[in-house]
Amino acid sequence: MNLTLKIYRQDGPNSKGRMETYPVTDISEHMSFLEMLDVLNEQLVNDGKEPVAFDHDCREGICGMCSLYINGEAHGPDRGVTTCQLHMRKFKDGDTIHIEPWRAAAFPIIKDLVVDRSAMDRIMNAGGFVSVNTSGNTQDANAIPIPKVDADKAFDAATCIGCGACVATCKNSSAMLFVGAKVSQLALLPQGQVERTDRVLNMVAQMDEEGFGNCTNTGACEVECPKGISLENIARLNSEFLIASLKAEKK
Amino acid sequence: MSILDSKIPEGPIKEKWTNHKNNINVVNPANKRHIDVIVVGTGLAGGAAAASLAEMGYNVKAFCFQDSPRRAHSIAAQGGINAAKNYQNDGDSTYRLFYDTVKGGDYRAREANVYRLAEVSANIIDQCVAQGVPFARDYGGLLDNRSFGGVLVSRTFYAKGQTGQQLLLGAYSAMSRQIGKGKIEMLNRHEMLDLVLVDGKARGIIARNLITGEIERHSAHAVVLGTGGYGNVFFLSTNAMGSNVTAAWKAHKKGAYFANPCFTQIHPTCIPRSGDYQSKLTLMSESLRNDGRIWVPKKKEDVIAIREGRLRAVDLKEEDRDYYLERRYPAFGNLVPRDVASRAAKERCDAGFGVNETGEAVYLDFAAAIMRYGTEKATVDGIHNASETMIRELGEKVIEAKYGNLFQMYEKITDDDPYKTPMMIYPAVHYTMGGIWVDYNLMTTIPGCYAAGEANFSDHGANRLGASALMQGLADGYFVLPYTIGDYLANEIRTGKISTDLPEFIEAERAVKDRISTLLENKGSKTVDHFHKRLGKIMWDNVGMARNEEGLKKAIAEIKALREEFWKDVFVPGKANGLNPELEKAGRVADFIELGELMALDALSRSESCGGHFRDESRTDEGEALRDDENFAFVSAWEWTGDPSKAALHKEALEFNDIELKQRSYK
Repeated sequence: MNLTLKIYRQDGPNSKGRMETYPVTDISEHMSFLEMLDVLNEQLVNDGKEPVAFDHDCREGICGMCSLYINGEAHGPDRGVTTCQLHMRKFKDGDTIHIEPWRAAAFPIIKDLVVDRSAMDRIMNAGGFVSVNTSGNTQDANAIPIPKVDADKAFDAATCIGCGACVATCKNSSAMLFVGAKVSQLALLPQGQVERTDRVLNMVAQMDEEGFGNCTNTGACEVECPKGISLENIARLNSEFLIASLKAEKK
Repeated sequence: MSILDSKIPEGPIKEKWTNHKNNINVVNPANKRHIDVIVVGTGLAGGAAAASLAEMGYNVKAFCFQDSPRRAHSIAAQGGINAAKNYQNDGDSTYRLFYDTVKGGDYRAREANVYRLAEVSANIIDQCVAQGVPFARDYGGLLDNRSFGGVLVSRTFYAKGQTGQQLLLGAYSAMSRQIGKGKIEMLNRHEMLDLVLVDGKARGIIARNLITGEIERHSAHAVVLGTGGYGNVFFLSTNAMGSNVTAAWKAHKKGAYFANPCFTQIHPTCIPRSGDYQSKLTLMSESLRNDGRIWVPKKKEDVIAIREGRLRAVDLKEEDRDYYLERRYPAFGNLVPRDVASRAAKERCDAGFGVNETGEAVYLDFAAAIMRYGTEKATVDGIHNASETMIRELGEKVIEAKYGNLFQMYEKITDDDPYKTPMMIYPAVHYTMGGIWVDYNLMTTIPGCYAAGEANFSDHGANRLGASALMQGLADGYFVLPYTIGDYLANEIRTGKISTDLPEFIEAERAVKDRISTLLENKGSKTVDHFHKRLGKIMWDNVGMARNEEGLKKAIAEIKALREEFWKDVFVPGKANGLNPELEKAGRVADFIELGELMALDALSRSESCGGHFRDESRTDEGEALRDDENFAFVSAWEWTGDPSKAALHKEALEFNDIELKQRSYK
C-alpha cells in the first residue's frame, strides 16, 4: 500500500518543532509500524537526509521503549499492543497517518519523536521497591503462602511496562495508572507490607514534583494501556494514599 | 600457547564454592566507601550486580544505552527460571540441575562453575520473592513449576510468559532503591565505546552520552560488563534492536580473550520470517513445548495442498501427521533441548516438508492439550456429559491462563488465531553461549575487568537449556560477582581515586573521537543496515545451524571483503554532537563485522560437532551431533592480535571429574 506520513520533527531539545510530510510506497500489510518507519528512514538516508529519530528496542511489546502518538492515539489504533506490535494491516492504502511524540510537561522532547521519560524512573527511586538486601539468607520462597487471587492481581499490576502511554493519553498528563500499578503490586503482597505507608506517600510526592497531573476518572489510560492495566489500580492508589495520609498524621 | 588459569578452587565439587568464599579476600565496610565500580549494562546480570555492590557499600556507576535500566533485553525472556528447589518432590537436587546443565551443554562447560550455578539457584528464587516478584502460584498459595527442554523434572519457576520482565523489574527495583540513596549513579542513554587500561588493569571506560554526543571519561577500580550476547551479528535474531557486542568487543581488543564465539543458540520456536523488510524475529517461549506438539505432514502432497491453501492444518488426519520429535526422541519427545529440536525442524524443512510459502515452518499444535485440559476442568467443575465445544472452551481458558500473552503476541504478528489453528514456527538465532573468557571469579584476562551473564562464556557449554539464562544472569549478579570481586578489590584499598586525566584516558578518548569522525566523514553510498543485512546473510548461510569447512572458509573471505567495503562505502548521516541513531548503529555493525570473522574462524577450527555447533563433517549415523572429546574437550579462548582472522588461540582444557563424558542421547 501507499501512504502519506505526517511526522513531527524537532532538531533538539530547544529547537522549534514542525510537521513534515513524507510519502512511502509499497508497504506490506504484514509489516509492523516500526518496520514501516525503518523503510522511510532507509529512504531518507539514501537521499542523504537525516532519518526520523524514534525510541524502540525489543520490538516485541515488553521493554516499553517505543512510544508514538499515531492518529491521535497512544500506540495507534489497535488495542492491547505497543507501537512495535502494531501492524500495517490496521491501515488502508492511501491513508494519511499523523505521527507525534508523547506530549506531557513531564516528558520533554529530546529530538523528533524521542522524549525524556526519566521522571518515571525518579518516581520508582522514591519508593517502588521492597527494601531487602541481596543475601543468601532470605527466608524460603514458600515460607509465606500467598493466596492465588492476590498473587494474580499483583502480577497483573506488575505487568506495567512503563512506556508512558497512560500519561500521554491523559488530558491531565497524569501518571496515576503507572504509580497505581506499582503501589498495588506491592500492597497486595505480604513482602510489601512493612513499607506500605511510606511507599505510597513518597511515590505520590515525587509524582507531584515531576509535574504530572491528577486523575479525573476519564479512563483513557486504561483504554490505551498496551498491557491492559486496570483503573482499579488507581482506585487502590487513592485508598492507599488516603489511609497512609491518615496514619502519617497520627504520628 | 599460554595456559589459562581458571582459578578453580581445590577440593570436592560440593565444597569448592563454600571454601572459596571462606578463603578469598574481603574489603572491610569502611573501605568499600572509597572504591568505585563501573557496571555496564542493566539487565539481570548487570542490574543485579549494580544493586548488590551498592548495597555492600561500593560506589557504583551504572550505564545503559536505553532510556531506563528497566528496558534491558532480559525483560523479554518469557518462559521461566530454573532452580533446584525440589518443590514438586520429583527428585530434583543441586546435583541433578548441575548434571542436566553440563549434559545439555554437550560437555563443553566448566564443571565447577556449573555446580556453583546449581548451588545458588535456590537462593535466587528466595531473593526474588522477597523483592515482591509475583511468580505463578497454585491454589494453596505456594509456588508453581513447569518443565523445560532437556530435563525430566519440573523445576522452572515462572510468571506467565513474562518471567524475564518480572525478574528484571525486581532487579530494577533493587537498583532504584540504591539510585534513590545515591549509591548508584545511573547513566541512562550512555554507550560504552572503550575500556581504559592503566598499567595493565581495567581503570575505566570511555562512554558516549547518546543525547548530547559528548564523549565522557569515567574511572573506577573495577569494570563489570553485563552487556549481554551478540546474536544480532546475524541481523535477524530474537534480540532487541539495540543489543550489541561493542562493549565486549572493545574489552576483547584491549586484551580480554573471547571464548567459544561460534557457540550460538538457534531457538526452535520462533515466528517464521515473512519478508525482506523484517527487522527482528519473535520468540515463542519454549514453555509452549510443555503443551504443544510439533509436527509436519507425512505426505508431500499434503504439504503442497497446505502451502497452496487447499488444505487446512486442522483438517489433516492424525495418521497423516508426522510428530517427528516424538518419533525420533521417545524419551524426551517435544521437550528435547533446543539444539536438537532446531536441527530436527531444519531436517524436515530441508526434506521439503515445511508448511508455509517459504518452506521454512513447522506446526506447534495445542489442540490435544486444549481437549485434555478441557476434560480435566469439566471433571473438576462437576460437569458431566460436556459437549466437545464446551470442553474446547474450557480448555482454551486453561491455555489462556498459562500462555495468554504469548498467544496474543502470535495473533498480533501473524493475524492467525493459535487457539483454533496450530502455530507456525521456525528456528531463529536467540542466545550466544560464547562470550568473554572469565575465570572462576568471573574476571576476564584483563585484571579488574569482569564479565557476567550472557556476556561471559562460562556456564552453558555448547548449548544452553531453557530457563537457564535468567538463572545464570541473576546468579552472577546477585550471588557470585559481589563476593568474588572483593578478592581483587581488597588490593585496591590504598589506590585512591583514579584520575581521568591520565594519558591512557586521553588517548582512549582521542581514539573514540577519531573513529566517530571517520564514520561521519566517510560519505559513502550505502546505509549501515545494508551492510548489517549482508553480514547477517553470510552468517546465517555459513555459520548458522549447520557448518562445514568449505562454507566457513568462504564466509571468512566474504566477511573480510565486507569489512573493507564497509569502511570505504558506508554512509552515516547527521552529526556527532547530538542524538544520532545511525551513528550508534554504524559503530555496532563495524564491531559485528569483526566478530563475525572470528566466529567463522572459531567454527572452522572446531571440526567436531557439539551442542549448537553442528559440523556436517561430524555426525553419527543417525544424523546427531558427534563430539570428539579426544581432540576438542577444551574451551577456545581467542586473543586479539590486530586482525580477527589472525587471532591467537589459547586452550583451556576441560576436566570432567564428577560427570562421565558420554555421547548425549535424548532418545
